[in-house]
Amino acid sequence: MIRIEARPEAAANMVYAAPVIAVTLTMIAGIVLFMIMGQSPGVALYTFFVEPVSTFDGVTELLVKATPLTLIGVGLSVGFRANVWNIGAEGQLTIGALAGGAVALYFYEMEGFYILPLMVLASIAGGMAWAAIPAFLRSKFNANEILTSLMLTYVGLLVLSYLIHGPMKDPDGQGFPESRLFSDSALFPVLIEDYRLHMGWLFALAAVAAVWVLFSRHVIGFQIRVIGMAPRAAAFAGFEEKKLVWLSFMIAGAASGVAGLSEVAGPLGQIVPSISPGYGFTAIIVAFLGRLHPLGILMAALLMALSYLGGENAQISLNMPNAVTGVFQGMLLFFLLGSDVLIKYRLRFGR
Amino acid sequence: MIGARKKGEVVETKPLLSLRNIRKEFPGCLANDEVDLDVLPGEIHALLGENGAGKSTLVKMIYGVLKPDGGEMIWAGQAVQIANPSTARALGVGMVFQHFSLFEALTVAENIALGIPPELSGPGLEDRIIDVSKSYGLPLDPYRGVHSLSVGERQRIEIVRCLLQKPKLLIMDEPTSVLTPQEADKLFETLQRLSSEGVAILYISHRLEEIRKLCHKATILRLGRVVSDCDPAQETARSLAEMMMGSDLTSAVKAEGRAIGEARFKVSALSTTPDDPFAVALKKVSFELKNGEIFGVAGLAGNGQSELMDMLSGEALASNADVIVMEGHATGHMGPEERRDLGLGFVPEERLGHGAVPDMTLWENGFLTAGRGQGLMNNGFIKTDKTKDFANAIVERFNVKTAGIEHHASSLSGGNLQKFIMGREIDQNPKVLIVLQPTWGVDAGSAAFIHQALIDLAAQGTAVLVISQDLDELFAVSDRIAVISEGRLSESTPATETTVEQIGLLMGGLHEAEQHGGQAA
Repeated sequence: MIRIEARPEAAANMVYAAPVIAVTLTMIAGIVLFMIMGQSPGVALYTFFVEPVSTFDGVTELLVKATPLTLIGVGLSVGFRANVWNIGAEGQLTIGALAGGAVALYFYEMEGFYILPLMVLASIAGGMAWAAIPAFLRSKFNANEILTSLMLTYVGLLVLSYLIHGPMKDPDGQGFPESRLFSDSALFPVLIEDYRLHMGWLFALAAVAAVWVLFSRHVIGFQIRVIGMAPRAAAFAGFEEKKLVWLSFMIAGAASGVAGLSEVAGPLGQIVPSISPGYGFTAIIVAFLGRLHPLGILMAALLMALSYLGGENAQISLNMPNAVTGVFQGMLLFFLLGSDVLIKYRLRFGR
Repeated sequence: MIGARKKGEVVETKPLLSLRNIRKEFPGCLANDEVDLDVLPGEIHALLGENGAGKSTLVKMIYGVLKPDGGEMIWAGQAVQIANPSTARALGVGMVFQHFSLFEALTVAENIALGIPPELSGPGLEDRIIDVSKSYGLPLDPYRGVHSLSVGERQRIEIVRCLLQKPKLLIMDEPTSVLTPQEADKLFETLQRLSSEGVAILYISHRLEEIRKLCHKATILRLGRVVSDCDPAQETARSLAEMMMGSDLTSAVKAEGRAIGEARFKVSALSTTPDDPFAVALKKVSFELKNGEIFGVAGLAGNGQSELMDMLSGEALASNADVIVMEGHATGHMGPEERRDLGLGFVPEERLGHGAVPDMTLWENGFLTAGRGQGLMNNGFIKTDKTKDFANAIVERFNVKTAGIEHHASSLSGGNLQKFIMGREIDQNPKVLIVLQPTWGVDAGSAAFIHQALIDLAAQGTAVLVISQDLDELFAVSDRIAVISEGRLSESTPATETTVEQIGLLMGGLHEAEQHGGQAA
């Protein structure tokens, strides 16, 4: 019989070693997986993890994919530190994209410097509004935010589906469920000519810096950390939990909203039925893989972005199924959680 | 108080348990080193030492909760490895922990059945509980729900649970810290009875007087090593304390002839209706705190102290704003921050997780309650240097032993962390300071220091409220004393006009009355 028992003392440095261990184990499991599928492991790993970033174009594409992951991961980390389990970023992303996109479509015949800022504000408002629902339900009725935020994601996706098949559908689009293409004034400017890397990446870096300052210097970050680590000490000090719950949701909602906009006003250039390949969920893995630290999240976002690119590349070059990306992300989360458990607990065999 | 000792009854000389060269190391801390200990059958053996001296680590190894890094354990002549508590219980070791693990919603018998081997918990358990509890003078009704029991009765559940397994060695970790003097006397009778039947008892306590009266032998630990084996009856409480600390003990000195000023903080008819069925409702609690005076509130744990503390600190809000008045401000609806702004300071009972955040550094913990009032931030940005200066000043002024303010609060011993928390509140110059169990689980040296700090604070004109179960502490510092029992606060009496026995009777009064069919105790 195998038992799991608490270790007397958890090694502090292992907290940072766990992501490295998890990535290593994912690679090993990946090799086994490729072998089972009859691929040469060396070629497969190269195709998956190296080839996508072997060109300058590949690196910029990596940053394009990392943009929403970083934004959302950093936004979610604020709540996770306060034990606010908002897992509905995908929905907040969708509504943010719709709100920002609605501004773009309203001004579709016009040019103007004011359009883009309005879109950003609208996407922030949209993400916040969607996050406000679970925040309200939790602080007013003590409803579990895991359930409410997750379920609202599906509602959000249905709202998108309704709008794109109805009011937002391009009148000249031959019935395809797609919006008009955004005008040039409604697109995020690219950072480097001829590549897709856009201004959203700067937003992501700004979010990393802002959250880093919030937690290292500001009293709000301090209060969030206290509430996450010792809720009674937070009550004793007089920190208002409800205020911090709201704040956590608003930050995550705003970040997710901008992330959604950075897709529709970035690589997509219009609203389509599926805006995000699950960035809002992957960002949860990103946040934990990065140990809820802004810089860690930035690294983790790059790694997860690579798994998207690698998955696409493997589909094209090796004829592997689309699911391979999800398999890699799932394995990574599995090994990370496993390592985390084994840092705090150990296995005992026999009796 | 304690019955005549029956010395010399310990005739057997072969030890039941011998420890040789026991060693246990935690990261950065040698908890036990070269520890030798012999416990004879029928011996009541005291284990003494300051907090962090290694007593709990040692008994946890004997009970199989921790594994020694080196050394030998010999049980009745045989070398043994005690891998886990069930091995320990199979050998005949029982342990009564300081903190009980009981399910409030279950009955006494159900709780006992959960903690013993299945072959013992079968049918007839209730009768066996009654047998054991009667024969050892531990009255206990197996059918009662635990939530309705006093702390003393709960402890009896733990003791009976051990006795049902017929232990040869019973380990008791600070058993009297939760008992009234009268309840403690009853416990001592039980322990002496067990001792006369040949059961060895390993007894951990901070109360030196009771050890002098009860125990046959004492082993004193300091910094993980045995510093002395002695007969406690031949020592004074003072000499025992000095062996524990390795230095001379200075007890707190009350400032005499202080002028006690007018009432600054007033509570009138404060009542609560708790949502939690196991919480105690406060019933028309009224008192006032005067400038320069220390007001002591005695009472056994679970009689409304923590509920009162929550109401005073603002963690719970009163139904009516003006039942709590601070210098003319109705504060009943204010949160903790606003109350601190008015000059109130608080020290809660739990150090880790309530008074301090365990996994934050000391300076961050300094910021926890002082950040707002002491100007340690600028537009919400923490002034790190100023905060560190504030924390360093506390460490220095309150003699906090720590490797530095960058270390986590959880790395400090209980006494040192309590000195830090106390210092954090005192250094903010509160007009009113309210403390709950200020020296609970704190070593004698730190306790004396904390008492002196409270007395000095009052001498400067602060109004101080000390809520405590420790009567010696209350008599050492208080000017006036009242008793809280089942949510009611008694009239206060000047400390000089009452005695430990009178207060003790008031503390246990209601529970005693219930047990004896309404006869006043």
